[in-house]
Amino acid sequence: MIEKANLEVFADTLLELARKDKDIIVVTSDSRGSGKLTNFGHELPDQIIEVGIAEQNLVGICAGLSAVGKKVFGVSPSSFLTARSLEQIKNDIAYSDHPVTLVGISAGVSYGQLGATHHSIHDIAVLRAINNINIVVPADNFETKEVIKAAINFKHPLFIRFGKKPMIKLHDGDHNFTIGSGIKLKSGKDLAIIATGETVQRAFKACELLKKIDINCTLISMHTIKPFDEEIFLNSISKVKAVITVEEHSVSGGLGEKCASVMMQKNIHLPFKILGFPDEYMVNGSQKDVLDHYNMSAEKILELAKNLIK
Amino acid sequence: MSIKDLELKSIEYRKKILEIIFNGGAGHTAGSLSCIDILNVLYNKILNINPNNFSSYDRNHYIQSKGHSVEALYTVLCDKNFFSKDDLLTLNKFNSHFIGHPTKKIPGIEHNTGALGHGLSVAVGMAIGLKLNNKNFKIFTLLGDGELSEGSIWEALLSANKYNLDNLVVIVDRNKLQITGRTEEVNPIEPLKDKFNSFGLSTREIDGNSVHELNDVLSFTPFEKNKVNVIIANTIKGKGISFMENQVVWHHKVPTEEQYNLALNELEKLKINIEND
Ligand SMILES: Cc1ncc(C[n+]2csc(CCOP(=O)(O)OP(=O)(O)O)c2C)c(N)n1
Ligand SMILES: [Mg+2]
Repeated sequence: MIEKANLEVFADTLLELARKDKDIIVVTSDSRGSGKLTNFGHELPDQIIEVGIAEQNLVGICAGLSAVGKKVFGVSPSSFLTARSLEQIKNDIAYSDHPVTLVGISAGVSYGQLGATHHSIHDIAVLRAINNINIVVPADNFETKEVIKAAINFKHPLFIRFGKKPMIKLHDGDHNFTIGSGIKLKSGKDLAIIATGETVQRAFKACELLKKIDINCTLISMHTIKPFDEEIFLNSISKVKAVITVEEHSVSGGLGEKCASVMMQKNIHLPFKILGFPDEYMVNGSQKDVLDHYNMSAEKILELAKNLIK
Repeated sequence: MSIKDLELKSIEYRKKILEIIFNGGAGHTAGSLSCIDILNVLYNKILNINPNNFSSYDRNHYIQSKGHSVEALYTVLCDKNFFSKDDLLTLNKFNSHFIGHPTKKIPGIEHNTGALGHGLSVAVGMAIGLKLNNKNFKIFTLLGDGELSEGSIWEALLSANKYNLDNLVVIVDRNKLQITGRTEEVNPIEPLKDKFNSFGLSTREIDGNSVHELNDVLSFTPFEKNKVNVIIANTIKGKGISFMENQVVWHHKVPTEEQYNLALNELEKLKINIEND
């Protein structure tokens, strides 16, 4: 079932929560339209701070608002938020331990043909290397809504990123969402697919194709990249013949490399493949075309799975 | 090229901008229309950049810091024979190098831009370098007015002033709009001329949609010896198309077929007016 874009769910949830809590403050950098926060601005003008096109300033102001007790959401395109303002994130948010939520919108290759300046395929890697910031990449509407709710009273810095396309429903309602705990969406003994964010949707479709040819998959939505849920990861790979990871991010420093490092250090040796963007001048195209090109379509994942467990 | 010829060029360029955005299914329409007269005068009267001299350092240079208005830049570079019209029509198609921001994969483009607030520092570096080489060439750069909120702009201006870069010409596309709305509501920057002058720069303010005024001001730089040149080009976002002018929604929007035809008709009328003038 097709639902809303995670972006819309984020904006609706935040507005709902902010109506009841005057301490919730959103900070934008000419990004309220891109963040679907135009209604928020109309309805709660005193709870939105606009800094203009100044992302470094945005992050510093978020830290300051938090320092006087506000529950702060800094919202800007993930690319600018995490590249341009990296030092502010590192020092003013993470090191200083201000419980700000930074929301990276239009993450991954959501911006399609706008190209490399707008792609955010470094954000997970750079923030993984910074102490004291949690990283959550929700896969669907349910996870998005839950992480925004959880963010309000979260006690430490948090980074959340997602895209802007409508998502399919992955959860049937009986899942719990906790920051730091991955969610098992499917169980199977042949293959484990560990995915994060919107690529979980592609992996989900791949699992359904694989089932038709009797390859049964375990699928984990690893929505929290940091802290990493080692337990669910090790559990999910304990009986399978191969492991595939999928992420809308560079293969350098992302989810896949994290999984590989856990396996190596536990002496687990299985056929293993990381799907993500290689270290090259990337092909230009829409988000869908780019993901397909780099083998992250359901069909390509199916082929890869067949080869890995052969 | 006469002023009248330049005015006709601007009409032709506006048509092309709309064509490639309509055909490519995406584009920063209004910001390209606001700055096209500036690019027209730069490339047809001032810069003297062409495919033959492009590979040399020893020429004038242009960095488009407000990279999102790339459709204006592509249009002018195509007219200057850096690539063919057919190449340009691959804009936004899979695997094309013609994307929504300037990249050096496209002949005639000097620097990759798209993240705002970068171009000016690069231009300052080039201007210092040319001075060190004792070369008399100039660096021109185009900034958005919303872009001026980036702190890096003001860092770059301090350096430019320190090194007396009178070979640097900073043009601000002062269309008074950005994505969210009016610049003076989003993040006020006025009094802008006073700000620039207080940084030690030499500032001129003109109608940035008048090729005549642009030609006058750009033909006589430096304005003052040893001072950085700043031009506040007052423009209209969406200039030339009645229903796009000053409308914030046209920042990044593609015309429908009907709107596209209406727009072409309006431009055709303007063209006839200029021809009969
Ligand atoms: C660093 C950075 N932040 C945000 C953006 C997104 N963005 C693209 S265009 C734009 C508005 C630009 O306004 P202005 O500089 O006034 O340009 P113009 O009105 O000429 O289109 C924004 C915020 C960006 N490209 N780069
Ligand atoms: Mg503007």
